[in-house]
Amino acid sequence: MNAQNLNAPSAYFMAEVVEQVESHTLSVLVDNEPGVLARVIGLFSGRGYNIDSLTVSETEHEKHLSRITIVTTGTPMVIEQIHHQLERLVPVHRVTNLTVEARRRSFEKPLERELALIKVAGVGEKRLEALRLADAFRATVIDATAEHFVFEITGRTNKVEQFIAILKPLGLVEVSRSGVAALQRGPEGI
Amino acid sequence: MKREMTGAEMVLQALKDQGVKHVFGYPGGAVLPIYDEIIQQDDIQHVLVRHEQGAGHAAEGYARSTGKPGVVLVTSGPGATNMVTALTDALLDSIPLVCITGQVPTHLIGSDAFQECDTVGITRPCTKHNWLVKRIEDLPRILHEAFYVATSGRPGPVVVDVPKDIQFATGIYEPPTNIAHKSYRPKIKGDIEPIRHAVELLSRAKKPIFYTGGGVINSGPAAAQLLRELVQLTGAPITSTLMGLGAYPASGDNWLGMLGMHGTYEANMAMHDCDVMICIGARFDDRITGRIDAFSPKSFKVHIDIDPSSINKTVKVDIPIVGDVAHVLEDMVRLWRTGGHKLDAPALKSWWETIDRWRGRNSLAYRPSEDIIMPQYAIQRLYEATKGRKTFVSTEVGQHQMWAAQFFGFEAPNHWLTSGGLGTMGYGLPAAIGAQVAHPDALCIDIAGDASILMNIQEMSTAVQFGLPVKVFILNNQYMGMVRQWQQLLHGNRLSHSYMDSLPDFVKLAEAFGGHGIVVDKPADLDDAIQEMIDTPKPVIFDCRVANLANCFPMIPSGKAHNEMLLPDEANDETVANAIDAAGKALV
Repeated sequence: MNAQNLNAPSAYFMAEVVEQVESHTLSVLVDNEPGVLARVIGLFSGRGYNIDSLTVSETEHEKHLSRITIVTTGTPMVIEQIHHQLERLVPVHRVTNLTVEARRRSFEKPLERELALIKVAGVGEKRLEALRLADAFRATVIDATAEHFVFEITGRTNKVEQFIAILKPLGLVEVSRSGVAALQRGPEGI
Repeated sequence: MKREMTGAEMVLQALKDQGVKHVFGYPGGAVLPIYDEIIQQDDIQHVLVRHEQGAGHAAEGYARSTGKPGVVLVTSGPGATNMVTALTDALLDSIPLVCITGQVPTHLIGSDAFQECDTVGITRPCTKHNWLVKRIEDLPRILHEAFYVATSGRPGPVVVDVPKDIQFATGIYEPPTNIAHKSYRPKIKGDIEPIRHAVELLSRAKKPIFYTGGGVINSGPAAAQLLRELVQLTGAPITSTLMGLGAYPASGDNWLGMLGMHGTYEANMAMHDCDVMICIGARFDDRITGRIDAFSPKSFKVHIDIDPSSINKTVKVDIPIVGDVAHVLEDMVRLWRTGGHKLDAPALKSWWETIDRWRGRNSLAYRPSEDIIMPQYAIQRLYEATKGRKTFVSTEVGQHQMWAAQFFGFEAPNHWLTSGGLGTMGYGLPAAIGAQVAHPDALCIDIAGDASILMNIQEMSTAVQFGLPVKVFILNNQYMGMVRQWQQLLHGNRLSHSYMDSLPDFVKLAEAFGGHGIVVDKPADLDDAIQEMIDTPKPVIFDCRVANLANCFPMIPSGKAHNEMLLPDEANDETVANAIDAAGKALV
């Protein structure tokens, strides 16, 4: 029976429905053809969905397939909509909700990693402290002068966030992040 | 067969191989090579419109009235941008369109060349899919793929953008093949388990209702036939959305009339009070559901739809069935028969008695007049005069559209052409032209309003040039009637810019285009004038002067539920002014 949206006065106020907003990671296998990313992004902006992170690269060169990893937030009903709307796009081969799949296998989340390049400039004690922290976070130095370091760090999004936050007072200059790449645990592919 | 030809030749060959007989279009610099091919052949007839939007709606009318895809050919830049409204209209109403646009030569793309626009970028959100052809080798495959995508699954519009140098280039043409599409494979057959559950649920219902939509029409004549069979087998009541009218005959025993914002009281009350709802090819649109938290609160819902994204979009359903309506209904009818199912007769009898009580409210009633023509009366007389004929009715958008839906009875699918989802004023005349092209001997009527008709009136010229005797039946009240009705409901009767001063003399206008004009303002003259319109073998504009201030009832005011309808006998000025509360005023 139609028990949802009990607080919504009409279809237009669906967003006000007090339903738990969740973060989900979707893996989308698409033909690597011109405009395919615009179709996916346009779908999100056109229908008012959120994109928290988006990563895309060709992953199967011989078949010209790209894998788009999207982290999005919404109520379960909205997430289901996003899933089906993505499947409707003609160049989309498959959509997998990695978060749902992970839960089905009793994991909290799928495997998710993000890479960040972080530039820190400074001298003296701050410089040493930055280096010590990098060591603690298993970040590596990939470029350096007497006045700066560039660190490379890989990890879960919150680890990257935390590292960046700590470096802020230590001369943080700029950051470039890859967005989330994700795979399902276990031997099977999507 | 495979052979070498130019891109322009390939376009014509692909259209022929896809069984296309008619193309609606308008030439321009970037499609001249294709037009040069068109004039050198006889298999495909080109209908020259007067504005590209007209070509789009004509192709929609053609598609809706035949079940075949409508084909449009327009030039780059403004040709393509003028198509945007028609493409969006077709997307929202799931009409199969193949639109071929010319584009500046590939080496000029991105240079802001004359009549260049980013056609695939602009049309991406208003098509089911689109393609920019950059290599002649891809052209035949893309053209065939375009027809497949437009017509399969949930139908919709597609655009193929062909740069001028590709039209001149030569390559090897490949005919259509049956190879499965690499990624797009819509689900046609529904899973049998949910269908079985749905049949069992239906068999136990005490207050069932069928709620059907445009998906039944899109699925083809077999779907409408199976729907009628299932309704007859069960004896359950049936209502339909605006888009689904005709799938079940208006004269059928179980017909409740249209539901939704301007649907009948009995249809909406039955939706509200039912215990099992079978939704077939409809999508719980906001015009249908009214206040969503109060939408049919006591029912178990089955939803049959070919598009998985339609399911659980606004209303959560209990049994979703993804598949083509005809295929799913075939299984349902079979399971109903083999299971020896039968609805509980006393419960069904009492359900019908309740419905008859609602019907007794006579929600479509209006006050008749001997002095002025009531718009509802005009539609009724038009309907009476066309009974027994092969008639296609298109509409524009507004009060006249709702009155047509309420008072014109549709007995068969594909005979009702209206812009439901997008609500495009200016749709009706070109749509009627499209239907007339497909059915030269039929009576094709555009029921119009005085405001809407002026949005694509130029297509009268098309009708005259191609000898298409379409009839434009204008309910002329000198207002944008629906806008005015909403201003009365929402804005204290301040009629901001909804009155049309200086309307043209429609009789002279018809004559100026080379058609025939009729004006009537007395109810007593109406029948003879309608007969004159039908008997005139050329395009007619019928200026039917109707009661200026009539409003369209019954109505579910925005933000209200199905059981809070505003009925015509209750709709005095005060009720109308207070019908919508503060929250409802924000809605459309």
